[in-house]
Amino acid sequence: MTPGVTATEIMTVAASRLLKDGTVCFVGIGLPSAAANLARLTHAPEVVLIYESGPIGAKPAVLPLSIGDGELALTADTVVGTPEIFRYWLQGGRIDVGFLGAAQIDRFANINTTVIGSYDEPSVRLPGAGGAPEIASQAKEVFIVLKQSPKAFVATLPFVTSAGHLDGGDARARAGIPGAGPTAVITDLGILTPDPVSRELALTGIHPGVTVEQVKRATGWDLKISPDLTTTDLPDAATLAALRDLQARTAAAHGTAPDSTPGTTPITTPITTQGRAGGGASGREG
Amino acid sequence: MAKITPLREAVASLVRDGDTVALEGFTHLIPHAAGHEIIRQGRRDLTLVRMTPDLIYDQMIGMGCAAKMVFSWGGNPGVGSLHRFRDAVEQGWPRDLAIEEHSHAGMANAYVAGASGLPLALLRGYTGSDLPKVNPNIRFIDCPFSGERLAAIPSVRPDVTVIHAQKADRRGNVLLWGILGVQKEAALAARRGAIVTVEEVVEDLQAPPNACVLPGWALAAVCPVPGGAYPSYAQGYYERDNRFYIAWDRVARSREAFRDWMRRHVLDTDDFAGFRRVLAESMREAA
Repeated sequence: MTPGVTATEIMTVAASRLLKDGTVCFVGIGLPSAAANLARLTHAPEVVLIYESGPIGAKPAVLPLSIGDGELALTADTVVGTPEIFRYWLQGGRIDVGFLGAAQIDRFANINTTVIGSYDEPSVRLPGAGGAPEIASQAKEVFIVLKQSPKAFVATLPFVTSAGHLDGGDARARAGIPGAGPTAVITDLGILTPDPVSRELALTGIHPGVTVEQVKRATGWDLKISPDLTTTDLPDAATLAALRDLQARTAAAHGTAPDSTPGTTPITTPITTQGRAGGGASGREG
Repeated sequence: MAKITPLREAVASLVRDGDTVALEGFTHLIPHAAGHEIIRQGRRDLTLVRMTPDLIYDQMIGMGCAAKMVFSWGGNPGVGSLHRFRDAVEQGWPRDLAIEEHSHAGMANAYVAGASGLPLALLRGYTGSDLPKVNPNIRFIDCPFSGERLAAIPSVRPDVTVIHAQKADRRGNVLLWGILGVQKEAALAARRGAIVTVEEVVEDLQAPPNACVLPGWALAAVCPVPGGAYPSYAQGYYERDNRFYIAWDRVARSREAFRDWMRRHVLDTDDFAGFRRVLAESMREAA
């Protein structure tokens, strides 16, 4: 890895770059929120951030620890009730990009945040759907950001919480799902995008210092590699500084580091009152 | 007309064993004090409804108050799992917990339908998700006008809804602001009525015309409980105590630590002010 820049930082910056200025973005908590706010603070000052708890046009100075933090309400253009968010703004067709995290995804970018194992007798009970099923189906397109590992990138999901491209091809359209679905999966190793026809994810971007073999090992299926594989640009100094400032402000405000690393499993490290919050199971809300 | 009454009396007269109860709050204004009072009064066999069950439902489940939970996202926000909830689902401790699981859009629409007196909610949702396979209360119908296939779920009609708000006036009219979640809908969906705990009772709400005011006559009880949302927050009054959410993870991990903690902080205290006093003591001991 390039000295001085972490894999999480490269992932967050790569995800933020995908968000164009002026986009209306429905933001999940954790990594999506970090990336979306970094975009707002750098190249996309007019991006509109909507959180499911009700804030529309939130401009938080520090990252929210939970989806309903007061900072989101105080900096928003308006705060509406949660039913209105889902009925008028999402179902009403006003969201350009749904920005989601996930515990697990499969080769068609379907998302699991519900259980590992069987539903009735789960080996791990995850937090559940939250807003994701309807965000994934009704935003015009969806970005998914999560760390890449064989436990997270699985051949067969134990449970499909939110639809990606279902079983591929035109399955989404046939099911009557309005949005285009996941168009990018951003990880700490690279960027995966769906094939235009089969909709199977392929590695189209790789982060500096990462090998293709490393990405394949971190994927639970035989990952296709794009013939046009590109290498992600390193974050420029200004963007990196903006991200680190945001994280430092957030840590100071919360008295702890933000939930910027949602993982697939419950935290296992000992927690002290001054300790760092580990990743939430899907890390998204509350 | 909502009676301004102590929380203990409101819970005693309105919440019964076997009830469906919604204690709503979306990070903000979570009615922790009311949840503790339900635990102290030993209610059993409750169906707990909430979009985002967090620590207070973890406590109620771990203390055996609940037979079922209806929800759409259950976790300790920014920290991790609800260990008591997981123990109940994964190991049946202290008793089996049935779950009925939705998406946020489904639950939000179901509260709107409940407040509207409708039997069901309709939405464009759940398509491609496995949730309808495990929840028979998610079904699909064809729109009689367009033919579009839409998701249908039963409305949420709690027996009692409990929420927390910033202020009430002496007539029991309640003002809340900031992140509102589904609290208004949940309060109006309740069959027997809504209990609202408030930070303070004032002479005049000074609410602008379009503010979120719940008229006193539409509520069952209004209970002054300053700090009653702690460790959640009340905008304009106090901030979320993120340290408590982080510390809860360690308490809730073991059955024994959980039981000891609940006995000392909740069962052996008289009310929320007592809880806050004992919590301050135990935090000083831990420091």
